[in-house]
Amino acid sequence: MTDNKKVVEIIKVMAEIIHENAQFLTDLDAPIGDNDHGINMDRGFQKVLEDLPGVENSDIGAILKKTGMDLVSTVGGSSGPLYGTAFMKAGAAVAGKNEIDADDFIDIMDAAVGGVQLRGKAEKGEKTMLDAMIPAVEAIKKGVDAGKTPAEFLADGVEAAKEGVEYTKTIIATKGRASYVGERSIGHQDPGATSFTLLLESIAALYN
Amino acid sequence: MVGIVIVSHSKKLAEGVVELSRLISGECPMVAAGGLEDGGFGTSYERIEAAIESVYSDDGVVVIMDMGSSCMTTEMVIENMEGKKVEMIDCPMVEGAAAAAAESESGSTLEEVKQAAIDAAGESKF
Repeated sequence: MTDNKKVVEIIKVMAEIIHENAQFLTDLDAPIGDNDHGINMDRGFQKVLEDLPGVENSDIGAILKKTGMDLVSTVGGSSGPLYGTAFMKAGAAVAGKNEIDADDFIDIMDAAVGGVQLRGKAEKGEKTMLDAMIPAVEAIKKGVDAGKTPAEFLADGVEAAKEGVEYTKTIIATKGRASYVGERSIGHQDPGATSFTLLLESIAALYN
Repeated sequence: MVGIVIVSHSKKLAEGVVELSRLISGECPMVAAGGLEDGGFGTSYERIEAAIESVYSDDGVVVIMDMGSSCMTTEMVIENMEGKKVEMIDCPMVEGAAAAAAESESGSTLEEVKQAAIDAAGESKF
């Protein structure tokens, strides 16, 4: 499915898409959070970009781990430890590998979801990034099982993640900063679910 | 004495809590880890790590956080400090810090300092 060179390309696209959407993500965070999600994510991914040349010849596990560590160090908000743990766990799932197949990709995504659940102590339905992540991973698994190509199963994953984002508009936040605004969080889409969807779209973009 | 680290998204808030606690207990090793490197709002892995190390001794260190990423980032720092005696306390930040500082200054153990901060949550203000 991909080698370490392509993973580096994917991470560059992630940084680019997060940068382009930084204001949008921050604006989403304004009514229900602390108005910093896009700025924080952008700061984190700019640091990741800066450090990529140092790891671009490393194995995929090491590249993902370094990405996670950079996010933990520089994001500054909850998305730092959450995405940081996701990338670090994902890296551990494919440690030492220079090439990965679709099954490895599922392992990466499962590890990422597990990492977010571990760090955030959250479940599906609490208006968090997990509401996009969990359905996306389920859709990807179905696609892989059905023998679909990466372009197809990634498109399925993005579709499910977008539906997850829509779903977050309908529910009350019970985790994270948005839980402070309670019922007023209804109608607003979750910024974390949105940024996850953008990251998954960044991966899909390289398979079109 | 048990070291105390105050972690907050806000540099001013963390420093303020330390300042206030110092009025009660001037001697205990207590330090703030608030905000990002550039002084902006957020929590910094490096600042928290450096703060813990700066007050670390064999007596250990307790960390008191405000909310959200303060807790998650601190948790990650502690996970990577394997073998060190460092614990987070789930307590109100101002009252917990004051209680922990007083307990630390009297030479109590890490467990006693931790319990004093937790007990501070149950005290009525008026």
